Amino acid sequence: MSRRLELRQVSKRFGDIDVLAGITLHVEPGEFVSILGPSGAGKSTIFKLLTGGLEGYGGGVDFDGRPLADARRPFAFMPQHDALMPWRTVIDNTALGLEVQGMSRKAARDKVAPLFGEFGLAGFEQRYPAQLSGGMRQRAALLRTVVQDRAMLLLDEPFGALDALTRTGMQRWLAMMWDRHRWTVLLITHDVREAVFLSDRIYVLSSRPARVLREIAIPLPRPRTDLVSPEASAIEADILDTLLDPQPAQRT
Amino acid sequence: MSQSFSAAPRIAALFAKIGPALLSVGTLVLAWELYARISGISPTTLPAPSRILAQAIQQRQALFDNTVPTTSATLVGFACSLAVAFLLSVLIDFFKPLRRALFPVFIISQTLPLVAIAPLVILWFGFGLTPKIMLVALVTFFPMLVALVQGYESTDRDISALLSSMGASRMRIFLLARLPSSLPYFFAGLRISITYAVVGAIFAEYAGAAKGLGIYMLNAKNNFRPDLVLAAVLISALLTLALFAATVLIQRAAMPWERLDAARKS
Repeated sequence: MSRRLELRQVSKRFGDIDVLAGITLHVEPGEFVSILGPSGAGKSTIFKLLTGGLEGYGGGVDFDGRPLADARRPFAFMPQHDALMPWRTVIDNTALGLEVQGMSRKAARDKVAPLFGEFGLAGFEQRYPAQLSGGMRQRAALLRTVVQDRAMLLLDEPFGALDALTRTGMQRWLAMMWDRHRWTVLLITHDVREAVFLSDRIYVLSSRPARVLREIAIPLPRPRTDLVSPEASAIEADILDTLLDPQPAQRT
Repeated sequence: MSQSFSAAPRIAALFAKIGPALLSVGTLVLAWELYARISGISPTTLPAPSRILAQAIQQRQALFDNTVPTTSATLVGFACSLAVAFLLSVLIDFFKPLRRALFPVFIISQTLPLVAIAPLVILWFGFGLTPKIMLVALVTFFPMLVALVQGYESTDRDISALLSSMGASRMRIFLLARLPSSLPYFFAGLRISITYAVVGAIFAEYAGAAKGLGIYMLNAKNNFRPDLVLAAVLISALLTLALFAATVLIQRAAMPWERLDAARKS
C-alpha cells in the first residue's frame, strides 16, 4: 500500500528568508501524525503548500504515490482560528465545503444535519456562531472539515485559541472521535502534550528555517483516555528536551 | 442579558435610548422660543418655533408638494449612485490597478464645490430630475465606493484561505465571503451618505428647479419669510431622520447576526 502523503526534501524561501529547509515526512492511510514545533517555525507554511495557497517550492510532494498536482483536492483543511462565517447559521457554516463542491444548499444541509448529535451540536443548527462557546465553535469547524469526505484532514493548531480546560476537553473528544472514524490526519501544534496524546507519530521541527529534528513513534495503546499517563509523560519530557535544547552535542 | 416580554420595561428602555436626544432638542427649542418672545426680535428676522410650526401647518399642502420632488430626487439619485458604486467596487476588487487609476479622479470629484458645480449641471441638463440625480450621485458615490472597497478588504484571511483550500473560485470567494464581510462597512457608509443625499438634492434645487424644498426655501427667502424657510428646513430634517432610520431598520433585517455579536460583547 502506498503512502497517503509523502514530502521529500521540501524547501521554501520567502525572498531571502529560508522557511522550510528540506522537510521530509510521510503519513500512512489511517494514521494520525503531528508536526510539532516552536511558533513561527513555518509549520503553517507546509499546509499552505499542500492546499495550493503557495506557489514555487523545492522538493517533491506525493499523494497516494502520485505527484500532488495530479490529486484532486485531497485535503480538508481546518484553519487556526475556526474561520466560521458570522453571517451564516451553524448548519450553513458546516455545510460550506459541500456547497463549494457544487452541492445545493438543501442537499448540503441534509448531509450535515445527521452529524450534529455526534459533534455535540444538536439543537444549535439555526444559531449563529456568536451564540456558541469556544469549544462548540471548534467542533463546528471540525464538522465542516470532516463532512467534506476528503482523503486526509489537515488541522492547523485547532485548539490553540481555547482556554486550558476547554482545550483538554476538546483533545479528549478528538481522540475519541478519531478512534471511531480513523481519519488520516496531519495535525500542526506547539502543544507537546496534545501531540503525544493524539498522535501515532510526531515530527519535531526546529525553529526557522524548519528542519525535522526527530521522528518519534508513540507506542501508547488506544483508545487513549488519560492525557498524563507515566509513559506519555516520559515521551513528553524527551520531546521537550529536543525542542528546548536542539543541539545534542551540548547536552550533558 | 435578561429577556423581558412585558411592555413597561421595553417602553422604559426605549425612553432611555431616545430620552437624552428629546431632552437636548427640547431644551434648544425652548430656549429659542423664549428668546424670540422676550427679546421682541422681529419674526421676519428670527421667527419663534411656535410660529414656524403654525406656518408649516398652514402651508402643509405647498410644503408637501415640494417635498415629493426632493424625496424622489434623493432616492433616485442615491439608488443610481449605489448601483454605480457597487459595480465599480466589484471591478476594483477583481482588478486592483483600477483602484489606483480611478481613485484620484473620484477624490478630485469630491473637492468640487457644490456651489460652483450645481448651477453648471443645471445649465447643461436643464431644470428636470436629471441634474438633481447627478448632483446627489456626485456627493454620495465616493463615500459608498470607499465603504464597499474597504469592506471587501476586511474579509478574514482565514476564511479566504479556507475557501480556496476547498477549491472555491475567485467569484465564489467574493460571493461567499467578501460581499457579506463588506456589509457592516456598507451600512456605515449608507448612514453617512443618505444624509449627504438630502443636502445634495436640496442644493441642486436651490440652484434651479421648478419644484422642490430647495427652490421653496429660495422663494421664501426672497419673499422675506424666514418662517417658511425654516419650516422647509424642518421638513428636510425630518426627511433625513426618516431615511436614516430606514437604513438602521434595513441593516437590522439584513444582518440579524450583528445584534448577537453586540449582545455578546456587552
